[in-house]
Amino acid sequence: MSIRLEGLTLAYDRHPAVHHLSGSFAPGSLTAVIGPNGAGKSTLLKALAGLIKPAEGRVMLSSLDRREIAYLPQQADVDGSVPLSVLEVVALGHWRRVGIFGGLGGGDIDAARMALEAVGLGGFETRPIGTLSAGQFQRALFARMMLQDAKVILLDEPFTAIDARTTADLLDLVQHWHDEKRTVVTVLHDYDQVRRHFPQTLLLARELVAWGPTEEALSPGNLLKARAMAESWRDDAAICRRPAA
Amino acid sequence: MSLTSLLLDPFLDYAFMRRALVACLALSLGSAPVGVFLILRRMSLLGDALSHAILPGAAVGFVFGGLSLWPMSLGGFAAAVVVALLSGWVARATRLREDASFAGFYLIALALGVLLISMHGGPVDLMHVLFGSVLAVDSDSLLLVAAVASVTVLAFALIWRPLVVECVDPGFLKAVGGPGSATHMLFMALVVVNLVAGFQALGTLMAVGLMMLPAAAARFWAASIEGMVLAGILLAMLASVAGLLISFHFELASGPSIVLMAGLGYVASILAGPRESVLRRYFPGRHLEA
Repeated sequence: MSIRLEGLTLAYDRHPAVHHLSGSFAPGSLTAVIGPNGAGKSTLLKALAGLIKPAEGRVMLSSLDRREIAYLPQQADVDGSVPLSVLEVVALGHWRRVGIFGGLGGGDIDAARMALEAVGLGGFETRPIGTLSAGQFQRALFARMMLQDAKVILLDEPFTAIDARTTADLLDLVQHWHDEKRTVVTVLHDYDQVRRHFPQTLLLARELVAWGPTEEALSPGNLLKARAMAESWRDDAAICRRPAA
Repeated sequence: MSLTSLLLDPFLDYAFMRRALVACLALSLGSAPVGVFLILRRMSLLGDALSHAILPGAAVGFVFGGLSLWPMSLGGFAAAVVVALLSGWVARATRLREDASFAGFYLIALALGVLLISMHGGPVDLMHVLFGSVLAVDSDSLLLVAAVASVTVLAFALIWRPLVVECVDPGFLKAVGGPGSATHMLFMALVVVNLVAGFQALGTLMAVGLMMLPAAAARFWAASIEGMVLAGILLAMLASVAGLLISFHFELASGPSIVLMAGLGYVASILAGPRESVLRRYFPGRHLEA
């Protein structure tokens, strides 16, 4: 049930954002993806979520349905002007089970209420989503993730613009998912946070720099290598001839 | 003359008024919810663009069949679908954004339509196509309008949930593998068929009015999507009845009267609707404790 990457190259307009990346996320692992801006972290997560197609190589999901992967994008493009309540949006986490036509039973609604309670948003059920603060909104999206009950959870910079208390609460939740043996992959940019909470780290600078136990991956040598990544692509870049994995 | 006879007699005495009334009520039932979702998806101007896109198709139908229902409707439907698909495809395949590609194609369509009609008919025909004639609705048009309203209501029942999710969080729908693009296509088809239905009664330009004005006004009356749809339908129906009566008693053009009544409802809602209106903004009442 692991996710294996084989020579994965993800490109925008033929310029690679992730270049010949191979390795695997073990089942139940808790991995931070970290690296400089433009290193391809978000792009990698989108590919894991099946939202973009590889230019080369592949993402292998062994005995794992794509629908068992839950993905929280960096800037969830949720339109707060749509008049929906917090409970309605959180209940969307049931989508995989109820789909387009399935009804929500009392148990499902209770589960949504409990998820809200768990992220510290008890009492917010009927509030319009447009009235939530950024932190409250992120809590609600985590509640929705809880309901999705996914085997694999992908989070893209989930703590950006979130205060310390909310971050701590949500990190507890991530730890809880890890304890439940879910595979969690999180894009982050705070090295201390990664060292404290994430046992595995993938250090990415368009190409793989290091992937393994966090302390080894974040060695001074590796960090230096990651920082040396060229920020921009070249318009005159030649066609990559490196063989696929 | 009593108030009840002012309100009821036109419909009791004249069959054409009854047909116009039924046509407008059916149109309201289908168009207003379509308008609500166009607004929620921030595509308010799309109805306008598509209504222009109907024109060349209707014109081709007119050239071959004269001012008759089916050729003009089918032609209009086909033309609008072509413009919608073409615009969507250009937006996905190139850097041009959807609103820009829509603008490009509907302007071409509009010019083409006006040219075709003016080549083969007179200014009266052009006026009919642009502004319709709700008082000349025959049983065939009535059938079309009723069929479209029925299909629309059923289709909304089918795509309601994905459509709402597509409005609020399209990324989520995509990530859970929901039918995002199928929903979008079906919804666009609903926009087109409702405009085609409205075009017979109200003309291409006025049909958008009954679709968008009540929908925009609904925002000031309801705090949920269901409530907005309901408010939109009721406002559209109210505008239809009021517009027809005013056009009858004052001998005014019926299509514009209906749309102006919808416009009156819209302005009144902005000013004094119960939710987030101008009135609420300037007289919010004293603030609460928490």
